[in-house]
Amino acid sequence: MSTFASSRETTEGTIYSVTGGDWDQVASEIGSAKEERVVVNMGPQHPSTHGVLRLMLELEGETITELRCGIGYLHTGIEKNTEFRTWTQGVTFVTRMDYLSPLFNETAYCLSVEKLLGITNDVPERASVIRVMMMEFNRISSHMVALGTGALELGAITPMFFAFREREKVLDVFEKVSGLRMNMAYVRPGGVAQDLPEGTVSHIRDLVKDLRKNFKDNADLLIGNSIWIKRTKDVGYLDLAGCITLGVTGPVLRSTGMPWDLRKTQPYCGYENYDFDVITADTCDVYGRFLIRMQELEQSLRIIEQCCDKLDALDGAPVMVADKKIAWPAQLALGGDGLGNSLEHIRQIMGTSMEALIHHFKIVTEGFRVPAGQVYSAVESPRGELGAHLVSDGGTRPYRVHFRTPSFSNLQSTSAMCEGSLIADVVAAVASIDPVMGDVDR
Amino acid sequence: MSEQKGMFGASGTGDTSGYGGLERASISPTSAQRPYGSYFDDIADQLERAFPEFHDAIEKVVVDRDELTLYIKREKLFDVAKTLRDTETLRFEVCLGVAGVHYPEDKNRELHAVYQLLSMTHNRRIRLEVSVPDSDPHLPSLVEVWAGTNWHEREAYDMFGIIFDGHPALTRILMPDDWPGHPQRKDYPLGGIPVEYIGATVPAPDNRRSYR
Amino acid sequence: MAPRRIGMGLIVGLEEKLPSGFLLTTVEKLAGYMRKNSLWPATFGLACCAIEMMAIGSAGKYDISRFGMEVFRASPRQADLMIVAGRVSNKMAPVVRQIYDQMTAPKWVLSMGACASSGGMFNNYAIVQGVDHIIPVDIYLPGCPPRPEMLMDAILKLHEQIGNEKLGVNRAKIIKEVEAAALASLPTHQAPVFGSKAD
Repeated sequence: MSTFASSRETTEGTIYSVTGGDWDQVASEIGSAKEERVVVNMGPQHPSTHGVLRLMLELEGETITELRCGIGYLHTGIEKNTEFRTWTQGVTFVTRMDYLSPLFNETAYCLSVEKLLGITNDVPERASVIRVMMMEFNRISSHMVALGTGALELGAITPMFFAFREREKVLDVFEKVSGLRMNMAYVRPGGVAQDLPEGTVSHIRDLVKDLRKNFKDNADLLIGNSIWIKRTKDVGYLDLAGCITLGVTGPVLRSTGMPWDLRKTQPYCGYENYDFDVITADTCDVYGRFLIRMQELEQSLRIIEQCCDKLDALDGAPVMVADKKIAWPAQLALGGDGLGNSLEHIRQIMGTSMEALIHHFKIVTEGFRVPAGQVYSAVESPRGELGAHLVSDGGTRPYRVHFRTPSFSNLQSTSAMCEGSLIADVVAAVASIDPVMGDVDR
Repeated sequence: MSEQKGMFGASGTGDTSGYGGLERASISPTSAQRPYGSYFDDIADQLERAFPEFHDAIEKVVVDRDELTLYIKREKLFDVAKTLRDTETLRFEVCLGVAGVHYPEDKNRELHAVYQLLSMTHNRRIRLEVSVPDSDPHLPSLVEVWAGTNWHEREAYDMFGIIFDGHPALTRILMPDDWPGHPQRKDYPLGGIPVEYIGATVPAPDNRRSYR
Repeated sequence: MAPRRIGMGLIVGLEEKLPSGFLLTTVEKLAGYMRKNSLWPATFGLACCAIEMMAIGSAGKYDISRFGMEVFRASPRQADLMIVAGRVSNKMAPVVRQIYDQMTAPKWVLSMGACASSGGMFNNYAIVQGVDHIIPVDIYLPGCPPRPEMLMDAILKLHEQIGNEKLGVNRAKIIKEVEAAALASLPTHQAPVFGSKAD
């Protein structure tokens, strides 16, 4: 009996175009075909895929037989853009890659530039301490988004409110120190853009106490919650061998039991002088990663408290490298008109030092020159190892900037984590990897 | 590595500054001689022991700013990579990805692929660099050695046009599937459009006059 | 703004067919009031601006549920407002268009952030220089990223716009006027600078 549906052969098998009325016939024909694969597209616009991520699932019932990720929907060409801007302007581009942890992008980039310049040891200690403190605050705000959105994607709506409430407090600190809540471009090659305003350290000390108390809200909601445990235990399993061969780092690697944290193993910015623990879990599943993130919040608070003590001791120290040919001039300060160049600097360049005026002009327009060579330096971002590979040809603009972003490498593991499990587990697994699509696509 | 001519971005009759004839050569790091310093000598010794053809495989060793870069010939890349991963004393179990770099002035060696390796057991980092000509941009794929290089190689192909032989599915990853050209090559324009303001137009970043 | 988009030929109901006059004005006011007070956004967060959009939805300080807007609908069929939050890459452009087409009328678009409004700082091969190249935009919100308060300000201005939207014959009249003005205008870089005689 012939069907009315037209069919055509493709590399994937026979495709039938059904126009209605002939469905019974076509269904029986398809039923006799050996392979029955349903391909579902969890498209780039989806409430649960953590950003513009496209997941192509091949399903057999509710079980996934094959999973592929389609990325590139947020590709911005940041790496190519930096080749046309000075080294300092590169910070403003690079900060928008992983938009949940902008300070980590900036720090990785600046550490690489400083390595190329050879001034790693000349960066003032106060600048390093400020960098560490801001990075740890960024880790807290990033983990809050990870927890909040992860819970939201699994159906728990309240943790998102608690998480974002705490995050707002951290963003207030960012605004106080750098002027912006997100994408601050605060860390510059040679130090930081401006010193902490008056009263910041005491504000932060109070905030740390407040945060420590409020993190319990989310912890109480989720940690012993039987629904949460059922949704996250033994889901998204990826063991140590899998992580290492896929190049996965960060909480996903630490959930396998491996205590690899760049802050301890290859310290930068003075991390060897801080006392904190590396959190691991040994369950290799989503629940383990969730616990790791919750506990890393507490460790970040510990580091911030130590930073506050150090900052009090270093009060008044410079925050930019001393070499005037590299240092971004005119520490920004609250001027008469709101925010602008500090008045002492203007007085100096217009009144006393011609050289300072020339430096200001040349650094802002032309930029400083970086000796040729290539360098790779990595920081431990909330998602894993964030590395900046910079190639300089001796000029004022980078020759090539490549970022080894953790989300790009970690996202490769979704196939390994999810094939063989249910669709609902995909959402949990992707949430536990915590990819930020700006990081993935750059 | 490269010579820079002129002071400002403009050239020809547009450049009236008088700095048009300025030429600046920059010196890139040269081949290092033994001893390399820190753990680099150890790595070189272990590699020689484990991989007897090490000397044919290496084109250049650069030790610069506390980092070791080995320039490998592409025919030996797969074997060197496998040795680096499997030898007990080297154990570079993690490959942090492949970056492409395009040097158009380096005739016959235009496309470089840079592999960043990390050894967690020994807490060491090393870099491998391979160069291929534009006319024959083929490299062996290292997906069998480190599965994580899968997407990185796809990105290097997408952005630079380096073709990795043996890759399970070498397709575009960041650009749309039918995009022509390889965007991060130096001969590919930035692609911006001139921005219109009231009363003026500002050209795209790669076409502006800029102080260089 | 709205008439420009209605020019695509959308007839939304009885209110479009009323003759001009007092009755039409009352209906306009009523329809506008109803539409603006429960505007449901579609989840279209792309990049950094999406995080500020999430903050406005869920952080206590910036609560938009006071406007009835905290329900971010995942399905475009159920959404009224598409907040394009973040940079639109060339790969994402057809998806943006498809989601916009799937939204049912009446619909509005708020282009949030510099990247959605004009391409922002990314003037290159990968980013669409302004989402208005693909879909018609009702209100532009600059910022990188705009603070949640700025987003709220834009939403409230949009509410005003929606509340004052004309229907039926009044709408058709405005469309004609706007189109005539657009055809007669100069491109931006030839426009007279403020303070000059031509102003």
